[in-house]
Amino acid sequence: MQTDNLVEIRDVAFGYSARQILKGINLVARRGQVVAIMGSSGCGKTTLLRLIGGQIRPGQGTVRVAGQSVGELNQADLYRLRRKMGMLFQFGALFTDISVFDNVAFQLREHTDLPEEAIRDLVLMKLNAVGLRGAARLMPAELSGGMARRVALARAIALDPMLVMYDEPFAGLDPISLGVTGNLIRRLTDTLGLTSLLVTHDVQESLKIVDYVYFVSEGVIVAEGTAAEIRASTLPYVHQFIHGEADGPVPFHYPAPAYAEDLQLGGRRA
Amino acid sequence: MLRRAIENLGNRTVQGIWRMGFAARFFFAVLLHSGTAFRRFGLTIREMYFTGVLSLIIILVSGLFVGMVLGLQGYETLQTYGSEEALGILVALSLVRELGPVVAALLFASRAGSAITAEIGLMKATEQLSAMEMMAVDPIARVVAPRFWAGVISMPLLAALFSAMGIFGGYLVGVQLIGVDEGSFWAQMQSAVDFEQDILNGVIKSVVFGVAISTIALFEGYDAPPTAEGVSGATTRTVVTSSLAVLALDFVLTAFMFRGLN
Repeated sequence: MQTDNLVEIRDVAFGYSARQILKGINLVARRGQVVAIMGSSGCGKTTLLRLIGGQIRPGQGTVRVAGQSVGELNQADLYRLRRKMGMLFQFGALFTDISVFDNVAFQLREHTDLPEEAIRDLVLMKLNAVGLRGAARLMPAELSGGMARRVALARAIALDPMLVMYDEPFAGLDPISLGVTGNLIRRLTDTLGLTSLLVTHDVQESLKIVDYVYFVSEGVIVAEGTAAEIRASTLPYVHQFIHGEADGPVPFHYPAPAYAEDLQLGGRRA
Repeated sequence: MLRRAIENLGNRTVQGIWRMGFAARFFFAVLLHSGTAFRRFGLTIREMYFTGVLSLIIILVSGLFVGMVLGLQGYETLQTYGSEEALGILVALSLVRELGPVVAALLFASRAGSAITAEIGLMKATEQLSAMEMMAVDPIARVVAPRFWAGVISMPLLAALFSAMGIFGGYLVGVQLIGVDEGSFWAQMQSAVDFEQDILNGVIKSVVFGVAISTIALFEGYDAPPTAEGVSGATTRTVVTSSLAVLALDFVLTAFMFRGLN
C-alpha cells in the first residue's frame, strides 16, 4: 500500500457566525484507503466533506488534496481539482430531468470531447460496475433509493477520479441495498485504485469495509483507529456509539432545568 | 408596540435592499457566464421549448379572447361617433402597444416564471446544483444562463403571437360577426400602425419584461431555502414580484415612448 496522503486536514476550524462547527480537526486519508468519518448527526461530518470539496473555505488551518491547498485555489484551479474528485450525495442528487444514462454521461460530455460511441461504452462500463447496465434508459424517478445511490456512484466514478467522497451512503437503505452499497465502495476502491472518504453513522456496515475510522464529536476528533481498534475501544463515546446506547457521553436528555422544577412540584405542595 | 412595528418595518426594508443587491449581483453573474448558453445553443433551445412552446396554448387562447373583447367594446364605443371602420386601428394599436406585451408578460410570469422558480428551487433542495458544482460544472453557466436567455428570446415572440391572435379575434368579432367593412378594417389598420412607434416599441417592452421576469424567477429559485415551504414561498414571490415589475416597468417605458405631448 502506498503511504502518501491524498487528503490532509490540519488544525481546521470552521463556523457560521457565532456557531463554531469544527474546532481544530486533524485528519489524513492515505491513497487507496477507505476512511470513515463517524459521529452523531450535526457534529460537522458533512461540513468536512464540503471543506475538502472546496464548497466552503476553512476559517483556520489547511485542507490539502493531492498536495493542493483547497481553500486557496481560485475557481478555475478548484474546478480542475474537482474533476479528479467524485462525490456521492446523501440521496444521490441525480438530475431528475435526464435518464440514468445521461446522468452518468454528464461529466464526460461536459469535460471531454469524446465521440458519442466512446461515451456510450464508458457509461455502460460504469453502469455495469454498479450492476445497473440494464437500467440505463430509466428515468431517476423510476429507481429505488438503493438503485439511485448506485447510479450516483457510477456518475461519481465516470471520470476515474482519485478521490470519492460519500455523504451518508447507507442512510435509508434496506439490508440488501446496504450490503450491496458497502461492497461496491470497497470493490471500486480496490479495483480502480481510488481513495474513499465516507461520512456515515452506520457503524456496523462501515466497520466491515473501512481501513481507518475517525470519530467526530462536538467539532473535534475524539477517537481514531482501524476497524478492529475501534471495535475494541473502551472510550465511553465510542462505546456508546458502537453499541447504540441511549445515554452516555451523548446524553439522552437535551439540557433542561430540573424535572421537578419544570413540573412545578414545589409550587403545588405549597 | 409602535417601536416594534417600526423596527420590523426597518428590518424588512434592510432585508429587501440586501436582496435587491444579491439579485443585481446574480443578474450580472448570469450575464458574465452566458457564454455557454450561446456556444451550446442547443441548451437554450431546449429551455425555449419549456418556457416558450409550452406557454403557447395559454398565450394564443388568451390573445384570441382579449382581441374578441376589444372588438366588441371598441365597436360599441366607436359606433357612437360613427367611426366603426376605425375598429381595426383600435384593436391593433391596443394590442401591439400595450395589451400584447403586458398581458403576455403577466401570463408568462404565471406559467413559465413559476415553473422556472420551482424547478431551480427543487434542484437546489435535492442537491442537484451542489452535485453539478462538485462535478466542476458551474450551475450559473449550465442551468441558469440558458433559462435566462430562453425567457428573453421567448417573451417578444409570445407577445407578437398574442397580438396577432388578438387582431384575429378582433377581426372575427368586428368583421365576421358584427359586419364592419373588411376593407376598411385592414386598410385603416395598415395605414395607422407605425412600425417604429408601435411595433418596435412593443417589442422593446416585451424584451425588457422578458429580462425582468427571467431574472426574478431564476433568482427566487436560486435563493429559495431548500425546503418545501421555501420553494412554495419563492414560487409565489416570483408571480407577485414579476407581475408588479411588469406593470411598473410598463408605465416607465410608456412614459419614455410617449409622443402625445410633442
